[in-house]
Amino acid sequence: MKDNIALEVKDLHKSFRLPKEHASEIKRAFINFIRGIRGYHKQTVLDGISFTVKKGDFFGIVGKNGSGKSTMLKLISGIYEPDSGMINVNGSLVSFIELGVGFNGELTGHENVYLNGALMGFSVKEIDAMYDSIVDFAELRDFMGQKLKNYSSGMQVRLAFSCAIRAKSDILVLDEVLAVGDEAFQRKCNDYFEEMKDNNNKTIILVTHNMAAVKQYCNKALMLKDGKIIALGSSEDVADKYSFDNLQSVVEAKASELDLGVRDLKVKLLSPNRINQTDKISLRITYKTTRDVSARIDLSIFDADRNVSLLYDETTDAFARGKGKHTILYECDLPRLINDRQLIIYVAVNDSVAEERIAYTAKADSPVMLMRRNDVKKIDRKQEIPVGVVKISGKWSKT
Amino acid sequence: MKKFLGKYRYSRILLKELVKTDFKLRYQGSVLGYLWSVLKPLMLFAILYVVFVRFLHFGAGIPHYAVSLLAAIVCWNFFAEATGQGMQSVVVRGDLLRKISFPKYIVVVSATISALINFVINLAVVTVFAALNGVVFRWTVLLVPLFVIELYIFAVAVAFFLSTLYAKFRDISHIWEVFMQGAFYVTPIIVPVSMIASMSVVASKIMLLSPVAQVIQDIRYSLITAQTETVWNYLGNHIFAFIPLVIVVIALVVGSTIFRKNSKKFAEMI
Repeated sequence: MKDNIALEVKDLHKSFRLPKEHASEIKRAFINFIRGIRGYHKQTVLDGISFTVKKGDFFGIVGKNGSGKSTMLKLISGIYEPDSGMINVNGSLVSFIELGVGFNGELTGHENVYLNGALMGFSVKEIDAMYDSIVDFAELRDFMGQKLKNYSSGMQVRLAFSCAIRAKSDILVLDEVLAVGDEAFQRKCNDYFEEMKDNNNKTIILVTHNMAAVKQYCNKALMLKDGKIIALGSSEDVADKYSFDNLQSVVEAKASELDLGVRDLKVKLLSPNRINQTDKISLRITYKTTRDVSARIDLSIFDADRNVSLLYDETTDAFARGKGKHTILYECDLPRLINDRQLIIYVAVNDSVAEERIAYTAKADSPVMLMRRNDVKKIDRKQEIPVGVVKISGKWSKT
Repeated sequence: MKKFLGKYRYSRILLKELVKTDFKLRYQGSVLGYLWSVLKPLMLFAILYVVFVRFLHFGAGIPHYAVSLLAAIVCWNFFAEATGQGMQSVVVRGDLLRKISFPKYIVVVSATISALINFVINLAVVTVFAALNGVVFRWTVLLVPLFVIELYIFAVAVAFFLSTLYAKFRDISHIWEVFMQGAFYVTPIIVPVSMIASMSVVASKIMLLSPVAQVIQDIRYSLITAQTETVWNYLGNHIFAFIPLVIVVIALVVGSTIFRKNSKKFAEMI
């Protein structure tokens, strides 16, 4: 293995054999045997995963629940054995599948630090050396002599997190641990991660759902879906892909079930789904009418996060007439005002004589776009400070 | 090599800390604390002594029978505790197994070491009792640690086997409890070997072949009185005397092999 590689995963496969009926008693096993329930069904969790993490990388792993993230971390950490494939770890690896593993409420904070340290493989002497920095980072010096059960949950998490990040190791594996503690502690964690981002000796592998964190800290990332890597590369791209993927499957809502004469209303985005402020968008709208409709088509572009309509456009009355199949093309420049967001396009068909809406697209059928401006500093986005829906360009001057 | 040393170092650190924690937590919240580890066998001894020695007149004519009974109870308790806790250790520590990668045998060994520490403390109490009872110590006292080690190895071997089974079938704990209850009466603890021999000599000889019985008799022999039937002086054939030792070795090989084969899947099983 090359020296600059911290972790190498090659063609990793893992599946679990889940008994059709679980037997943890002999009686149950016997009954199952009699009844002929001997089968297992094989659930493939990871299916041919390969990637490498370089030394000093801050590597993000994203994916929905059940996509195999945690299983992969457990394999990397050596808790599970892979079915096939290879995992090479270069250097010492400390993993936190969960914060505060082995923490015991009956022990004092001080004792818990040593126990937790031992679980990570540190001798008493080594923990002695780290102890002060752990306690200081957790800001719990006055409480170390007290039993852990008397800590508030926030304090417990702070102690656990401090143990995790103060542990001296080449590779640190963290599973869903961001966003713990109060605001001041959050800021500290943020500073720590920022520092690690630039540290070329420490490799961090982070599993999270927080795309802002991925974009902010990670330089590389991968996305898992159903046990396969579907995106691997720069953290920006992967995070966008994740947001995008999530958006498309938010709700599998059924299309409007009312049949007022319009069927199979479909909207297809012809332009790319990732755009910047100068791009054009174009759509193709198709539908069938079962009666003679004099239709007016309108569309709304929604901010997906806030669920508010940002833009609206409509055709003239009686734009499309007659019974049968209709295909309508739409093209527009977006006003250069929209800031970075996720956008959904809803289309509706209105009867322009009766003045009523007779069909509209369901969320699942509505095209999704990501607006990513190329002229805005990204700092706001990283800090998760809500940015304005529109970007204005006023005149700034100094007096 | 470096990896092996690292692994060994990790095991040692972890084992030490787990045993320490176990010990700290064992009598958490009790007023008498560690005293209980001595008081418990003494209380059990008191009951058995009153029932069997005072009322039923067991052990009449056997020198230092009371101390001898206490020694046997202490040995038996250790074996029951070590195997019982060792059996459950994998499941009890399931939380750790599922979240950290470490050599799995550590949990079994740490659970049994807690019992071993208790055992040693209790043996010290037995020695004090023996001295008070007027036992004259001979050089054979020095052999006691060897028998303690033998019993420990046997207990760990059994614990490896049981913990693997227990991870799959929780029924094992109940079965083992009943088994131990029965085994208590076919081990020369309360009933002296001579009393069984008066009924059946063969049965008394077979009884001694169990490693636990052998160790109990040997500890009695070397610590308390030479008038104890051991595998060496009772079986007649010195080759038979090695049977308990062979059983221990086989148990260790089988137990650890089964454990090692299954331990990779523990994190997924429990």
